[in-house]
Amino acid sequence: MTSTTSHILRFADLQVGDTLPALELEPVSRLMLALYCGASGDHNPIHVDIDFARSAGQADVFAHGMLSMAWLGRLLTNWAPPSALRSYGVRFAAITHVGDRVRCEGRVAEKFEVGGERRMRLELSTIDQNGQVKLTGDAVVALP
Amino acid sequence: MIDRRFIGHALPAFDVRVEAGRLRFFAKATGQTDPLYVDEEAARAAGLPGLLVPPTFLFCLEMDAPDPAAIRNLLGMDYRRLLHGEQQFTYHAPAHAGDTLRFEQRIEDIYDKKGGALEFVVRRTQVRNQRDARVAELRAVTVLRNA
Repeated sequence: MTSTTSHILRFADLQVGDTLPALELEPVSRLMLALYCGASGDHNPIHVDIDFARSAGQADVFAHGMLSMAWLGRLLTNWAPPSALRSYGVRFAAITHVGDRVRCEGRVAEKFEVGGERRMRLELSTIDQNGQVKLTGDAVVALP
Repeated sequence: MIDRRFIGHALPAFDVRVEAGRLRFFAKATGQTDPLYVDEEAARAAGLPGLLVPPTFLFCLEMDAPDPAAIRNLLGMDYRRLLHGEQQFTYHAPAHAGDTLRFEQRIEDIYDKKGGALEFVVRRTQVRNQRDARVAELRAVTVLRNA
């Protein structure tokens, strides 16, 4: 497997199994969650109010799934031009906790053509410091 | 159990204006440093009409609905038992600061698993811009834990 860091990605230069440069995040902090709460407009108190989280049976607040999805989105648009993105989806498999060190990963899973456009499907995931998978997903990008 | 009669129910459309300051705040919160998302001059130099909307931000704009709890209240779902199960975006055209986007939400499906212990609500949202061009389609799966 190779890691691709070229600024101009070309469909022909990429192979199934090639990996995207991984994105390593700082440990999840309460400040991150507070900032994401305000910036995203997602004011669900489960992510910022420990009293509420406990009333819902949780030991602590935990990260918005969409914050991790935004990080995975950074992985994608750091790698391919934003205009190349055709679709992007995730499944939230496990909760990301305060203190978790999240790593975003991606690899080329499939190369295909639709309506004359050359596209690739990427498999994506976020994992924590223990190797637990938090999000799995995929994206389709179109490349020249 | 959530009333299955709401399968197919469409909610009133609403418009949301994309604000540059909000995009910069979102970039800060998500650690996004690409100038296309934070620097208006860089965005214009790249030929864009304004700061670029990042891939997941349409979900945030969707929560700027006049009543963001509309579906939850309609279906009688308790905040404390809700989880976001899946989220998908299909992109048709880019969106930028200064755009006014129209969101049309529909409840696509409601189903349960594990003998009703988990219920799933699938929402599909069409997004169009002020020129009536398709921007994106969102699909969200919400999980309600009954057990």
